[in-house]
Amino acid sequence: MFDHLNVVATSVFAFFFALVTVLGFIASRWKAADLDHINEWGLGGRRFGPWITWFLLGGDLYTAYTVIAIPTVVFAIGAYGFFAVPYTIIIYPFLYMTMPRLWAVSHKHGYITAGDFVLGRYGNGWLELAVAVTGILATMPYIALQLVGLEKVILALGFSGQGLMQHAPITIAFVILALYTYKSGLRAPAMISFVKDAMIYIFIIAAVIVIPIELGGFAKIFAAADAAYAAKIAANAKISAGVTLTPGQIGPYITLAIGSAMALFMYPHAMTGALAASSSKAIRFNTMTLPAYSFVLGLIALLGVMAIAAGVKVSSPQDAVPQLVLWAFPDWFAGFCFAAIALGALVPAAVMSIGAANTFTRNIWKPFIHPAMTPREESVLAKLASLVVKVGALAVIFLLPTQFALDLQLLGGVWMVQIFPALIFGLYTRRFNGWALLIGWAAGMIVGTALSWGEKAWTPVHGLAWDVPLVGHFDLGLHFAAYNGLTAVIVNIVVATVLSLVIRTQAADETAPVDYEDSAVAA
Amino acid sequence: MRHLLLWIPCVIALWAPLYNMTEPTLFGVPFFYWFQLLLIAVSALTIYAADRLRKA
Repeated sequence: MFDHLNVVATSVFAFFFALVTVLGFIASRWKAADLDHINEWGLGGRRFGPWITWFLLGGDLYTAYTVIAIPTVVFAIGAYGFFAVPYTIIIYPFLYMTMPRLWAVSHKHGYITAGDFVLGRYGNGWLELAVAVTGILATMPYIALQLVGLEKVILALGFSGQGLMQHAPITIAFVILALYTYKSGLRAPAMISFVKDAMIYIFIIAAVIVIPIELGGFAKIFAAADAAYAAKIAANAKISAGVTLTPGQIGPYITLAIGSAMALFMYPHAMTGALAASSSKAIRFNTMTLPAYSFVLGLIALLGVMAIAAGVKVSSPQDAVPQLVLWAFPDWFAGFCFAAIALGALVPAAVMSIGAANTFTRNIWKPFIHPAMTPREESVLAKLASLVVKVGALAVIFLLPTQFALDLQLLGGVWMVQIFPALIFGLYTRRFNGWALLIGWAAGMIVGTALSWGEKAWTPVHGLAWDVPLVGHFDLGLHFAAYNGLTAVIVNIVVATVLSLVIRTQAADETAPVDYEDSAVAA
Repeated sequence: MRHLLLWIPCVIALWAPLYNMTEPTLFGVPFFYWFQLLLIAVSALTIYAADRLRKA
C-alpha cells in the first residue's frame, strides 16, 4: 500500500496533522473553564470574539468537501458549479438581519440549539423533536462527505490500500479527531481553524497566481474549457455544460442558491458556530468579513477550469483538484495543500459532531428520556454522542457507496430547509402555531423527498411539472426547473400559514419581544 | 431603509440572466465569473454601509 507513496508530500502532510493534533488537546486549557458543563464543552462558553468567530465559522462552513466538490462540478459541466457564489452572497445580508435576534434570545434563555429555541417559543415538544431529528439526519451524511474529501487527498498522496486497508488512514485520522473533540469540545476546532484557514488562503492564493502563469493565462484556460465542454455535449447531447449557463440551467442555478442559503444556518454546526459568539456585535462583524471566504471559494471553483486546461486525467472528477495540485506544485507544497484540505475536513467534522451531539442531548434525550438532567450529565452525554456521531459517519463511508453519501447529503439539504419557517419566522412573530408548523414541516419533508426520488439516483432539482398519482399531470407552465428544497419549503410555508389560521390554541411562549432586541446597539 | 440596501446585492446575485455572458472579459476571465466575484466584495461593502446607517 506504500509502493507509490509520495514521501516528501506525505512528510509535510504528517507534520501539519501532528501539529493540529497537539493544538486540539491543548485547546482544552484555552479560555479555561469547567468543560463538564455543556455550555462550555459544546459552545465554548459563548466567549468567542469577532476574530475567533471569523476563523471558526469560516473553517466550519467552507469545508474540505466544498474545496473538492465545487471545482468538481465546474470541471465536469462548467458555469453551473459557480452557483456557490450567489449562494454565499445572499447568506450574509440574511444573516445580518436574522442572526443577531437569534443570538440575543438564545443568550437570554441559555439556548444552545435550534430545538431549544423552538421549544421555548412555541412550547411544543414534538416540533422541537422534529427540528432536532432533521438536524441530526442531515448532519450525518455531511460528516461522511468530509471523510470523502479527506480520502481523496490521502489517495493523492499515493496510498493504495485494498479492502479494509483502503479506509485505514481516515479511520486513524478520525479516531484522533474524536479524542480531542471529546476532551476539548468546541475549543478544539476553534483553535485548529486558525491553522487550517491560514493554510487554505496560502494554498489558493498560490494556486491562482502560479497555475494561470504555467497555463499561459486565463484566456487560454477558458478557451480550453470551452472546447472541452463542447466536446462533451457533442458526445452526449443530454449533457448541459458550458463556460456560461445554458437556458435550462438558469432556473436550477437561482433556486439552488436560494434554497442552499436558506438551509445553511439551519444546520446544527452553523448554529453552533454562530451561537458561540460572545456578542451580536461579533456576529454582525462576521457578516461583513466572512465574504472573504466566499471570494476564496469562487477562486477555488476556478480550479475546475484550470484542471481542464492542465489536461489532468482522472477516473473520477472528484480527483481533479488533487491531481491539479500534484501537476502544478513541487511535492513539498502539494503536501502542504493536501494538509490544508484535510484540516478543512477535520474542523467542520468536529463542529458538526458537536452540533449534532448538543442537539441529541438537549432536544431528544433530555426532554424525552431523562428530563431531570444536570448540566454535568448533559456534558457527559454530549461528549459520548459526539463519538457515536463520528462512528456513524465512518460507518456510512465503510458500508455505503460514495455516491449514496453524496445523494444523502443533497437530500439532507432538502430536509434541513424545512425547519426554516419554525426558526426564522419564529424570530419575528408568534402568529404561527406549533402544531401547524409541525404539519407544515411534515408536508415539506414528504414533498421534498418525493421530488428527489429518481429512478437511478436522488436528484436535487425537478421541473415544475409533476405526474401526481390519482390526480394526473400537473404543470405550472413555467418551463422552469427548481431546487426541490425550495419547492418543498414553499409547500411547508403554505400549509403552516393556512393551519395557523385554523388552529387557534397557543401554548405558552417563554420569550418576550424585548429578548430578541439587538441590545448591543450601544456596545 | 437599511434593510432595503441589503436586498440589492441579493437581487443582483440571483438575477442570473443579467451576468450570464462571456464578454467583456477581464484578464481573460469571462464576465460571468469576474462579475460574481466582484459582487461578493460589493455585498460585503453593502452590509458595512447598512451597519453604519444603523448606528447613525
